[in-house]
Amino acid sequence: MTFVAQRLLMLVPVAIGVTIVVFFLIHLIPGDPARTILGIHATPQRIALLRKQWGLNRPLVSQYLLFMDRLAHGNLGQSLFYGTPARPLIIGRLPPTLWLIVYAAVLAIAISVPLATIAATRKDALRDHVVRVVPMLGLGMPPFWVGILLIYALALRVHAFPVSGYGTGFFGHLRSMFLPALTVAIALSPVVIRALRASMLNVLGAEYITTARSKGVPARRLFLRHVLRNAVIPAVTVLGINIGYLIGGTVIIENIFAIPGIGQLMINSIFRRDFPVVQGVTLVFGVLVVVVNLLADLSYAALDPRVRFDR
Amino acid sequence: MSAISFPEPAVAIEPAEHAQPRPRRWYRQPALASGAILLGIIVAAAIAAPLLTPYNPIKQNLNDSLLFPSAHHLLGTDQLGRDTFTRLLYGLRTDLRIAFIAVLAPFCIGVTLGSVAGYFGGWVDVVLMRLVDIVVAFPFYVLIIALVFVLGPGQRSIYIAITLVGWVSYARIIRGEILVAKRQEYVLAARSAGLSAVRIMARHLLPNVITQAIIYAMSDIVQDILAIVTLGYFGLGVPPPTADLGSMINDGQNFLPTSHWQLTTFPGLAVVVVGLSLSLIGDGLADLIRPGQS
Repeated sequence: MTFVAQRLLMLVPVAIGVTIVVFFLIHLIPGDPARTILGIHATPQRIALLRKQWGLNRPLVSQYLLFMDRLAHGNLGQSLFYGTPARPLIIGRLPPTLWLIVYAAVLAIAISVPLATIAATRKDALRDHVVRVVPMLGLGMPPFWVGILLIYALALRVHAFPVSGYGTGFFGHLRSMFLPALTVAIALSPVVIRALRASMLNVLGAEYITTARSKGVPARRLFLRHVLRNAVIPAVTVLGINIGYLIGGTVIIENIFAIPGIGQLMINSIFRRDFPVVQGVTLVFGVLVVVVNLLADLSYAALDPRVRFDR
Repeated sequence: MSAISFPEPAVAIEPAEHAQPRPRRWYRQPALASGAILLGIIVAAAIAAPLLTPYNPIKQNLNDSLLFPSAHHLLGTDQLGRDTFTRLLYGLRTDLRIAFIAVLAPFCIGVTLGSVAGYFGGWVDVVLMRLVDIVVAFPFYVLIIALVFVLGPGQRSIYIAITLVGWVSYARIIRGEILVAKRQEYVLAARSAGLSAVRIMARHLLPNVITQAIIYAMSDIVQDILAIVTLGYFGLGVPPPTADLGSMINDGQNFLPTSHWQLTTFPGLAVVVVGLSLSLIGDGLADLIRPGQS
């Protein structure tokens, strides 16, 4: 069996599991879900209607099958707040979130590669120790707090960037989303810096580097062509492993910077007790992570002929 | 799921009787010692909060609202006239307590399930690891926020949500370690001596692999504190008026433009310092068991 087929096959149980988790969210609601969701002022008729809509009076398995049947038809339920289907609501909010994810990943690499290089090229020197303290500080920083401080320093005091929003047009997005993307990147880079530094040290000790050095390859060329190229692959892997963290971070950051993505939709829907939308967004986030992981794995296989399942 | 790089399984774990005498005691390990001292000071300050400050963290005093830092109020007061330094100490008390308790259940569940999966292998392993894949498929914050939303805000929901999401990392780490350790001779010897699987796991394997889980727990506590503070910020955490660092940041952010920046900055800094101390402890522990591999 080919790598691609195996990888796709592995996806099936995970995908089913993701839908089961999302389905079960409603049964974690204490008491009668329909009553709790609609609040104390809801009429009995409305509660009965919602119960019927969600099939709450049926056996659990048949409820799940109903849920899956709806999903198969692309139906994520009705928003209780807007009274419209949840799917277009969520899909319309996807572009800003995807923008933020990609932008943040790019910035995280842009921050991490130079810092890791500074550290790895002089192991145990002062600059190495300084760079190694940065991730320790960074790991403990609440991302929303960093966001607030960046707004204060770079938007309110200096007016270098807009306080919030998504902006219009490509360059508008680039400018408006810089602070949010930087915030997510700051949260992410500690892990990437650590991994990159470790893998650079690894590469620097490899025999082919010694060979290249003894051939007289200039230091600069040696670093760019031999060290960096081989060290970046593990760092990208680490970025891939933490893609869930990257995507999850956008939920929080979108709310700090008022970016109209699905993270903001999720938190807003929580305050409106709009359960179907919260459920739908949770599902979309799960699918997003699964798909990105799949793409990452497949691109490895395409790039590196050594990647096969039977390692 | 999280921005944590998993410690690699130690390739060869020396059986205890062959182990070299440890060259360095824990207090000679600078990272570990400084982390432990730092955390000790913070925890002591949080526990001794009622002795360290004369103010009440909850009682409002509207005559003294939004005072700037002074000798009486080290960090000034918030919009309801409550002393910020006092609320900071009490907030640390709340958040640290929740984080340290919250990490226990996932630790125990993850270590147990990871040991079982790694030791027995086969379908048990396949099922448990698929379960791990499913939980990992959700972004950490998304799942925590969704769970706390459906369970209703409050401490109990935070414990449940962190347990449901947190066990997977421990299970993965311990499984990986056990896979390597169970091929060692001392395990084969124990097995051929007819010891039960439970005894081999508990008495022979776990003592050799548990350190990795403890090291990971240090960064896991940091992550849990971040989650608790984030939930507090969004009003999904500990309900007011109880002091919590997240809600303090939320309350304070409205007063950033009026130069009351200390209201937002210091609760966050407190979290950073706690995170730093735990990272130092984790790194120091890792160095202690695998010297020269930092």
